[in-house]
Amino acid sequence: MITLQDIQRIFPVGDQQVHALRDINLHIDAGEYLSIMGPSGSGKSTLLNLLGLLDHASSGRYCLDGEDVTTLDDSRLARLRREHIGFVFQFFHLVPRLSAAQNIELPLTLAGMPAARRRQRVQEALAAMGIADRADHRPDQLSGGQRQRVAIARATISEPKLLLADEPTGNLDRASGAEVVGILESLNARGITLLIVTHDPELGRRAGRCLQMVDGAIVSDSATSTTLAPR
Amino acid sequence: MNLADGARFALAALSGARTRTGLMLLAMAIGVASVVVLTSLGEAARRFVSGEFQSLGTNLVIVLPGKSETTGGGPAVFFGDTPRELTLGDAAALERSSQVRRVAPINVGSASVSWSGLQREVPVLGSSSELLAIRHWEMALGRFLPGGDLDRARPVAVLGNKVRRELFGNHSVLGEWVRIGDRRFRVIGVLASEGRSIGVDVENVVIIPVASAQQLFNTSSLFRVILEARSRDVIPQVAEFVRNTIRQRHQGEEDVTVVTQDAVLATFDKILRALTLAVVGIAAISLGVAGILTMNVMLVSVAQRTAEIGLLKALGATGGQIVVLFLAEAGLLSALGAALGLMLGELGSRLIGYLYPALPVGAPWWALFAAVGVALGTGLLFSLLPARRAARLDPVQALSRR
Repeated sequence: MITLQDIQRIFPVGDQQVHALRDINLHIDAGEYLSIMGPSGSGKSTLLNLLGLLDHASSGRYCLDGEDVTTLDDSRLARLRREHIGFVFQFFHLVPRLSAAQNIELPLTLAGMPAARRRQRVQEALAAMGIADRADHRPDQLSGGQRQRVAIARATISEPKLLLADEPTGNLDRASGAEVVGILESLNARGITLLIVTHDPELGRRAGRCLQMVDGAIVSDSATSTTLAPR
Repeated sequence: MNLADGARFALAALSGARTRTGLMLLAMAIGVASVVVLTSLGEAARRFVSGEFQSLGTNLVIVLPGKSETTGGGPAVFFGDTPRELTLGDAAALERSSQVRRVAPINVGSASVSWSGLQREVPVLGSSSELLAIRHWEMALGRFLPGGDLDRARPVAVLGNKVRRELFGNHSVLGEWVRIGDRRFRVIGVLASEGRSIGVDVENVVIIPVASAQQLFNTSSLFRVILEARSRDVIPQVAEFVRNTIRQRHQGEEDVTVVTQDAVLATFDKILRALTLAVVGIAAISLGVAGILTMNVMLVSVAQRTAEIGLLKALGATGGQIVVLFLAEAGLLSALGAALGLMLGELGSRLIGYLYPALPVGAPWWALFAAVGVALGTGLLFSLLPARRAARLDPVQALSRR
């Protein structure tokens, strides 16, 4: 599903060049469950953003579903994100003035889906996350766990193939963190490709495949021998 | 994303920042309202003045002694400065045209008017019987000056209502003898009060035959001669006739100034229109300021909602969609502000109309369109920059801020 070839990402910081990603070669199959671990500044989030088409590689090739997306323009990338990729963030990133239902509805609104169909899909998503009774609450009226569930519902409402989660439990207490992980894993069980960036070794070990990053490079891959992309 | 969804999103964003939205609406509304109020005031002044001029009479041609050599009214137009005077003979000669309906010579001065121990200093107007019809005045009591030869100095007088009230009180006035200066006049009529018409306060005046006025003020000249043309179309011919006649009578010298009512009216109209435009131009500056305020508000909005913009991008919004969202917000803000401003302006105009009933207040439709158009235009134009800045935000950096 995803193939990265010789990806480099270099940021200019002042007069220095920061190598955020070095020589990344990675192949991910549809339906996989990956965790990316590593110390702060090791490039985990940069890799996640790059996979989510929010960031561009400085060099290298990125194929998504067999399509080379390295050189696509802004509106094509936006469309791919809208249709194929869901994001879950550490800080939820819910729009504070919109209700839970309206937040979940956003991707469908942006895609131009008619209001009646949107409402039905949102109701289903709310029910699936177990927060149907919170539909009209604004984010500040919800607990952390509930907020993250709203965020997951929003990330999955347009049925993406790839779900990218950046520290999804980083801002939650243990119990609600466990619930959120349960939801994410059940989504993976139903076929969605799940990629989690985390500091938490316990969460990282749950994944079917663990990547370790240091200084922008992947230093270990629990499935190296079988899944690294052919050169 | 369709238009209704965009508008709803923008509306939610606006109601999410109430104070800011409210202040912005106020600024926009004040801009629009000031344009509306000032145009309606300017228009009212213009209509008021042209109404006053119409009440002066219709199809008037005014002859003043003295020639103004330059265009534009120098002092000569108003005071007359000439070796040769305008005489009763001139006035009589001006009657000899089929295109002239009426002629009234005018002489003015001030004299003390007294009756039974009471005395007032009053403007005295010497004229002929035609003046009543020319100026569209009406009588409250008695009759106006009698017709007949202009140079007969009859001892009769017509009083303004205020003069009558102050001298006679409730005493009957017709047939009484009043002393004007050193002569005695019999009161034959009282003018109806109809407020002020340009130049003459019909309440505070005494009118006597022109020959009597010349004796009273010891002069043989006239202040001016007013002619009424038969129709609007012959006014230029009447003016030409006046110039020719006077030239013949004054040894070939055209030493009078002929002013037509139309020309004066047109000049005033032009001046007042220019004045209105100038004032409205100043008001429009406040609209421009409101536009810049909109830009500021939108820039703040973009800065505050950086994370939201990043999120929208992550959810698959294109740069174009984000531009549209912010423009929709600015457009709504401007439209609501303009609507509010129109209401405020209408209210202000009504208030002015209520306080000064004489003024025919009411903004012309073009001013309303222009105000709303400029409000929307500046609002959208000045939001283009913030909207594009939002669309260009790097989503990764935008999201990394909380």
